[in-house]
Amino acid sequence: MGFTFTEIMPAWPEIFLACAAMGLLVLGVFMKTGAARSISWLSVLALVATGILEIVVVPDGGRVHIFNQLFVADVFTTFVKCLILGASAVGIIMSLGYNDREDIARFEFPILILLATLGMMMMVSAADLISLYVGLELQSLSLYVIAAFRRDSVKSSEAGLKYFVLGALASGMLLYGSSMIYGFSGSTNFLQLAKVLDADASAGIIVGLVFVMVGLAFKISAFPFHMWTPDVYEGAPTPVTAFFAAAPKMAAMALFISVLVGPFGNLVAQWQQVLVLIAIGSMLLGGFAAITQSNIKRLLAYSSIGNMGYALIGLSAGTKDGYSAVLIYMSIYLVMTVGAFAVVLCMRREGRMVEEVKDLAGLSKTQPAMAALMALFMFSMAGIPPLAGFFGKFYVFLAAIEAKLYILAIIGVLASVVAAYYYLRIVMTMYFTEPVEDLDRNVGPELSTIQAIAGAFVLFFILFAEPVVQMTNQAIASLTSG
Amino acid sequence: MVVQALAFYAFAAVLISAGIMVVVSKNPVHSVLFLILCFFNAAGLFVMMGAEFLAMILVIVYVGAVAVLFLFVVMMLDVNFTELREGFARYLPIGLVIGVVLLIELIVLVSGAIPIGKASGPVAKAIAKQPSGHNTEMIGRLLYTDYFYLFQAAGMVLLVAMIGAIVLTHRRRDGVRRQSIAKQTARKSSESIRVVDVKPGEGL
Repeated sequence: MGFTFTEIMPAWPEIFLACAAMGLLVLGVFMKTGAARSISWLSVLALVATGILEIVVVPDGGRVHIFNQLFVADVFTTFVKCLILGASAVGIIMSLGYNDREDIARFEFPILILLATLGMMMMVSAADLISLYVGLELQSLSLYVIAAFRRDSVKSSEAGLKYFVLGALASGMLLYGSSMIYGFSGSTNFLQLAKVLDADASAGIIVGLVFVMVGLAFKISAFPFHMWTPDVYEGAPTPVTAFFAAAPKMAAMALFISVLVGPFGNLVAQWQQVLVLIAIGSMLLGGFAAITQSNIKRLLAYSSIGNMGYALIGLSAGTKDGYSAVLIYMSIYLVMTVGAFAVVLCMRREGRMVEEVKDLAGLSKTQPAMAALMALFMFSMAGIPPLAGFFGKFYVFLAAIEAKLYILAIIGVLASVVAAYYYLRIVMTMYFTEPVEDLDRNVGPELSTIQAIAGAFVLFFILFAEPVVQMTNQAIASLTSG
Repeated sequence: MVVQALAFYAFAAVLISAGIMVVVSKNPVHSVLFLILCFFNAAGLFVMMGAEFLAMILVIVYVGAVAVLFLFVVMMLDVNFTELREGFARYLPIGLVIGVVLLIELIVLVSGAIPIGKASGPVAKAIAKQPSGHNTEMIGRLLYTDYFYLFQAAGMVLLVAMIGAIVLTHRRRDGVRRQSIAKQTARKSSESIRVVDVKPGEGL
């Protein structure tokens, strides 16, 4: 079986990104000193170009399978990939100043992010259990390395090692599940599986499905596979944490949707019960465990666990509206998280990073603009209308109610009330306590720009909610078109 | 047939005795060398089963890379093997129990007490589809056509592993005197050799 260059058009963005990463790697090696900054900007450029290419080659309507049905492209994959590419580009830009100041500016960093992004794109486009696994591994392996990128710091090395060991365990679970599915159905291909599997699938398939879900739940750090998240988020360099909280979550969630909806679409009744438990556990854990955290990176880690729980509500609804609610939720979550981490990256005192919530004390008096933006992100995460975060929660709860999952929706609302407590505590610290010491001001124009853009998105989402909803609906329509 | 059976028993006997030697030999370097012998004999068994690709992989990957890596670790790191051996008596019962369980399983399987049915359903269909031929050729055909995408993707994963290893461990040291080949070859004999007329009895 052969294929021509035009036949594999849907994979052009991936091919371009892979070539760009390898080209920049060679360039970086030859440039030797001082290459980090220029390679970073070139990487951002490569990500933007990939995004444009992605929009150019998107198949209009329907799904296109290439590479012997290992790779699929449709509006859904394009939508998700564009978000991932954007988040990765922002991740590289956010790391620039930090890496310079902490003396870890090396050109391999943006290249590893490029390769991780490539892995994510392959995950999103996976149409076979094998290509799913290879994409996931490419992504994870790059992430393990950048978690330990600050290799002289014990915490960073610990984060990398912990992530690696637990990630390997999750990969093992996923592979075990895949082997069960293959053994009981005779295929690893999603199209084939969708045809073969029906509602009364054998126990082997269901056990396999549960193991695959465990592997994926680990990647989105949902309860009860979240234990690595706080340690890794705290230990990894802050821009890396910001990147972890955004792009990989989006990719894994998209993969979760496409796996459950595609090959296992007929087994809704089976995976729904598992997802409901995962979602409830994540929301409650995200709500209660974050209350006692004083380190803001750990707090945001628990917040991201909770957020994954809300997103999973939409998925467990098992309806098209539910899936599109997940996409809306994840897009909004992406922007809020990036914005919040851009503020955390500005928390420096006398040239050193500070990470405690109490270090934000009195920020409203010393740096009112940044305090206002952080307050905006926190209010949005707490789900207060008319900010973006409210719409994210609104759509997932609506989907849950329409699917008659009332208990899930009620627990979700209660958990978000609990979570609102610690989001508002940050706002309170900024506005109603006296400043102890001033935070450094010269944070570089990149971070303030990112904060401002994210802030504008959160504030004005209400104005363009309609087109975003339409876009996600279109994406889901193409995903479910078969 | 007789030759084949003889070869099988020869390979199997050497394999098992080398395996025992890996565990019992006092010197860890000898253990690794016996492990390599094990791999070679296992490769021989694979060839007899017609799985020549697995045999090659076993020799190239396990002997060529993994065993050499073991050897490096054993020789470079100062691991105290007598200390590692101390728990031997303590873990012996558990080891024996596991060994007995495995033996019973093997006996049950071989005795035919549990009927091993033919594959049915989709699995049987998948097996029936397999074309015949040399397995190296078949794997090659599949790998570079149907699974081309995965082949390339696996290459990217290996690239990341390589970058990661370098990023996390490579350190630039100061004061290292490197060989400068350009300087070496640019030297001329006129610069480096001079004829000295040494008078007898005086020295330089």
